[in-house]
Amino acid sequence: MASIFAAVVIALLLGVAVNRLADRGQLSSAKWRPLTQWSVAKFLLGGLLNTAKAAGTAMVVAVVVGGLAALARLARNRPQRWVATAYVEFFRGMPLYLLVLFCWLGLPQLGLRLDTFWYLVLALAVYNSAVLAEIFRAGILSLDKGQGEAASALGLGYWQVMGLVIVPQAVRRMVPSIISQLVTLLKDTSLGVLIFYEELLRRARITAEFYQNPIQAYVLVALIYIAINATLSRVATRLESRQRRRYRAGGIHVAGVEDLAVTTAAAGAQMGGGGPS
Amino acid sequence: MDVVFDNLDLFLRGMRTTVLLTVLSYAAAFVIGIVVAAFRVSPVPPLRAAGALYVGTVRNTPLAVLLVLFFFALPDVGITYSSFVSAIIVLSAYTGAFIAETVRSGINAVSRGQGEAARALGLTFPQVLRIVVLPQALRTVVGPLGSIFSALIRNSALAALISVRELADTAEQLITDFAQPIPIFLGAAVGYLALTLPTGFVLSRIEHRLAIKR
Repeated sequence: MASIFAAVVIALLLGVAVNRLADRGQLSSAKWRPLTQWSVAKFLLGGLLNTAKAAGTAMVVAVVVGGLAALARLARNRPQRWVATAYVEFFRGMPLYLLVLFCWLGLPQLGLRLDTFWYLVLALAVYNSAVLAEIFRAGILSLDKGQGEAASALGLGYWQVMGLVIVPQAVRRMVPSIISQLVTLLKDTSLGVLIFYEELLRRARITAEFYQNPIQAYVLVALIYIAINATLSRVATRLESRQRRRYRAGGIHVAGVEDLAVTTAAAGAQMGGGGPS
Repeated sequence: MDVVFDNLDLFLRGMRTTVLLTVLSYAAAFVIGIVVAAFRVSPVPPLRAAGALYVGTVRNTPLAVLLVLFFFALPDVGITYSSFVSAIIVLSAYTGAFIAETVRSGINAVSRGQGEAARALGLTFPQVLRIVVLPQALRTVVGPLGSIFSALIRNSALAALISVRELADTAEQLITDFAQPIPIFLGAAVGYLALTLPTGFVLSRIEHRLAIKR
């Protein structure tokens, strides 16, 4: 009974929405047809490719820098630790918007002229390296202390302990969080619209202004993002549950990132006992 | 640094807008999140499907796309709001999806027997959720809910895309006007840290006090 009632209400709401769209001519083929033309599709696909390029480059840089920052933060050497902590805490607390803005408006005034591509990549890489550093650190700390102690007892130095014993084990636990951060990064690449980098959203905007069909163009962009991100998220969830079965290792808690908040909440909830701290 | 102190009132006004955006959006997002989470665990299949569709759609779309769609495209179907109201609506809808997922996982963490016992006492599903399950569920996810709050402080900067004069947009304006990016950027950065660091501290205190470790 409740089911039927709920279904009717939902159908009514959808009906109202569709009716509104139709009334305003938003379902007419004139609005949608341009998006099916090859020239337009090619233009938008090019935008998607630019999004992927920026996101991919930023991710690679962020993983390297984030990894180094995490190791430096855990190192014995105090100045190293302080510098890394300051870097991570500062950039993790910044809105990405502000960083993109600074790279775009600020760097040229400081005499650093680059392609808009690099301004975007730089901002994304700096911000994400700080977030990833926290993920890496949490992953390393989640390992049993005895692992590092045993390795030190065998006479290995800090970097050897990390490289040979700790990191290879920690990486496995971090993969789901890293993928979930990749989803965030992919979404954040749309900030390129702010600095006229021709990623997907910017090109959709150009298309929308030309054909006067903003609703259709942005809905298409949203659908593309949903398809890609839903797939990536599913991969992350699957890896995570496989790991829980195999290693009984849960999610990694990193504060301040909404996607990870969801991942860790889910991991903690499904684990039952001994959730992430 | 003079450019920052000369325009301190603008910075403070921007910060106030950022705080308003964050607090109002979080309050609305919390309500959305609870309702959608309730939908997702309800015994009514159409509501479950609607909840899943909402979360899957909103969480996987970039916030920038949602903002641009709402503010620049929806006027074509007669939906027009001021940029401030638009920003709050979009930020709440976006954040609500994350809160819903988090609350749902909290609900799943409450042991089944709790709900079954409450049902056996004759409570209806909404009563079970409100009186028995949610109070426990929320306490298990205090930490992640706090994470979402501090992420929202930073996400609210995107409201500048639809020209809401909050802290990041104020910085953008001042950089264009005065061409002194470094001091202005640092001023805005300090502004954001002044919001995020104390919030993080308070949140971890709250988490310490309320969270149920499972």
